[in-house]
Amino acid sequence: MNKNNLILYSGILIFGLAAPFLFPAFKVQLSILCVLIVLATTWNIQGGEMGYNSFGNILFYGLGMYLCASVQVGMFFPLAEWTESGGEKTFVHTPAQFFQGMAVGLVVAAIVPTIIAGLIGYSILGLRGHYFAICTLGLGVAAGEISGGIEIIGAGQGFTTPPFPDVGSLEARGEFFYFLSFFTLILTFIAVRSIYSTRFKLILNAIRDNEDKAEAMGIETMKYKIIGWMISAFFCGLAGGIMGGLVGYIDSTDVAFDGREMGVFMVLMAILGGKGTLWGPIIGATIFHIFKEGFWTFFLGWQYVALGVLIVVIVIYFPEGIMGWLREKYPERFGEVIDEKDRKAQVELK
Amino acid sequence: MDFMVFQYPMITVQACLDGILLGILFALIAYGMALQWGVMNIINIAQGDLVILGGYIAYFMYLYGIHPAWGVIVAPVIMYFLGVLIYKLVINKVVDRDLFISILATFGISILFMQLMNFAFGADVVLANSDYGTTMLFNNNVVLPNSKLFSAFISILFAICLVIYMKKSKLGRAIRATAQNARAAKILGVDTEKVYAATFGINAALCGVAGALISITFTIHPYMGLPYTIRSFMIVIVAGLGNLPGVAMSGMGLGVFEEFADYILGTEFRIGSVFLLLVLILVYRRFKLSRKREYLK
Repeated sequence: MNKNNLILYSGILIFGLAAPFLFPAFKVQLSILCVLIVLATTWNIQGGEMGYNSFGNILFYGLGMYLCASVQVGMFFPLAEWTESGGEKTFVHTPAQFFQGMAVGLVVAAIVPTIIAGLIGYSILGLRGHYFAICTLGLGVAAGEISGGIEIIGAGQGFTTPPFPDVGSLEARGEFFYFLSFFTLILTFIAVRSIYSTRFKLILNAIRDNEDKAEAMGIETMKYKIIGWMISAFFCGLAGGIMGGLVGYIDSTDVAFDGREMGVFMVLMAILGGKGTLWGPIIGATIFHIFKEGFWTFFLGWQYVALGVLIVVIVIYFPEGIMGWLREKYPERFGEVIDEKDRKAQVELK
Repeated sequence: MDFMVFQYPMITVQACLDGILLGILFALIAYGMALQWGVMNIINIAQGDLVILGGYIAYFMYLYGIHPAWGVIVAPVIMYFLGVLIYKLVINKVVDRDLFISILATFGISILFMQLMNFAFGADVVLANSDYGTTMLFNNNVVLPNSKLFSAFISILFAICLVIYMKKSKLGRAIRATAQNARAAKILGVDTEKVYAATFGINAALCGVAGALISITFTIHPYMGLPYTIRSFMIVIVAGLGNLPGVAMSGMGLGVFEEFADYILGTEFRIGSVFLLLVLILVYRRFKLSRKREYLK
């Protein structure tokens, strides 16, 4: 790590730690931003680096959301009665119960989707290209439809997550969820960054560039594909668990398995920033979130129309994303060596 | 779980008949998808939304006092031009790009259409009443709405007309040539750009017909598009591109499957079972092919 990086990282860390006190009104927005960055970054592991464009990571996100909330409730109270009572709560978590439940819930929300990704990975990741994309799209929608029919987690009417306990300060809820999501973000960043400096990342890139050749060179592609997907699932589940507590209400198709919103957002953010780069999804998520929150209110009900237009425009005109554009403009900064003669010759050719 | 369906044979007959008549409609939509997939190498996620839009055209005619069956004529004409417009605005920029780009771009169009229809027509479930009455079969044990028979008949008629058109007409020949080899067709003087636009328009028109028929026989809702896309995708991958009898058969099979899933699992799991079936079919094909060290292309 060189000096510039150190300054950058410590700057971001200090900003992140101070942000809830500098902008107390935007705590929830900043927490959502952290979750979005986690989702985009981990989508990028198999979408950008591995070349397996999945619409189905929403499956792990929604699963994590339901699991975290159910564990948090189920550890102390009967789950069926909780969902039946709906909005009017007959049970109240004490602070100790709430945080204990949250901790266990988040662990479960991260582990179970990882295991599920490992189990279905062998079947699903044998599909390639658009078959994989459509199959995962189907998986996400099916999960939403099926969870909407299960009574114990609230079926169609939704599931209220435990309300934040009274710990004496009104600001505590926002700060708790902000720091929870911020530390998840740091954890994700460190994990992804260390993954990207290993041979594992090169293998994922080899799979993206030419899977048959990678296999011919003796790489067990299936093993690495499954591991890549499991890493995504781990962080998606974690993000889902946090988001469930943050939103406070889980609906099967509108919040948890929301393929139309979150499922597309994570793909879009990664593409906007630049697929297959470390910083791309982070920049993409930040810009997207600022755009979304800044302009959503102007559209007033036309958000989805704007979203549709935005998807089409980004996909058609910026398929390489911001990082791709920067890379084309300033290749030297990305460590690419340019032969000046060659470049001039190309310009002349044009 | 409800296993009434096995105890009363008449329910089985009812489910099969309903399923087959429904499946013919699915097959018509899937034929459009196979056409554009084969010719332009595009998977159109907005397919289902085009269907629903066609349904709303028929529904609007019904609201203004015109018999909705005329929608079968009007919807495809409007949808053809809309399809060409979509092609000119978006699709022609993604035709020769990565398939994922086309999936994502049409996903954007799908979201756009969904929401525009929601604004224009409201979020209610509607149907256009055709007043065709019903036919009772087997001692009044099986109810068969005449509108379903009508829709199946019209779908078959359109499919036959289209097949003949593709075989005989000049444009049809150009479309088939482009599907075989776009470069060679271009060299031999086929204006592929025009062929692509026409293909997308024909696909949209087929969706319009199917949508008008769906609004007569079943119900439509702005958000019901995606299941139709997934159904047609499923039918195409089971039947393969350019296999018309296969498309018809697997369409009917899917219809029957859905009716039985509806009876056995309950209506709330109907759409979920369709999506799960897609995953299962893809996984099955993947394991079958992987024995020969191949994969789905």
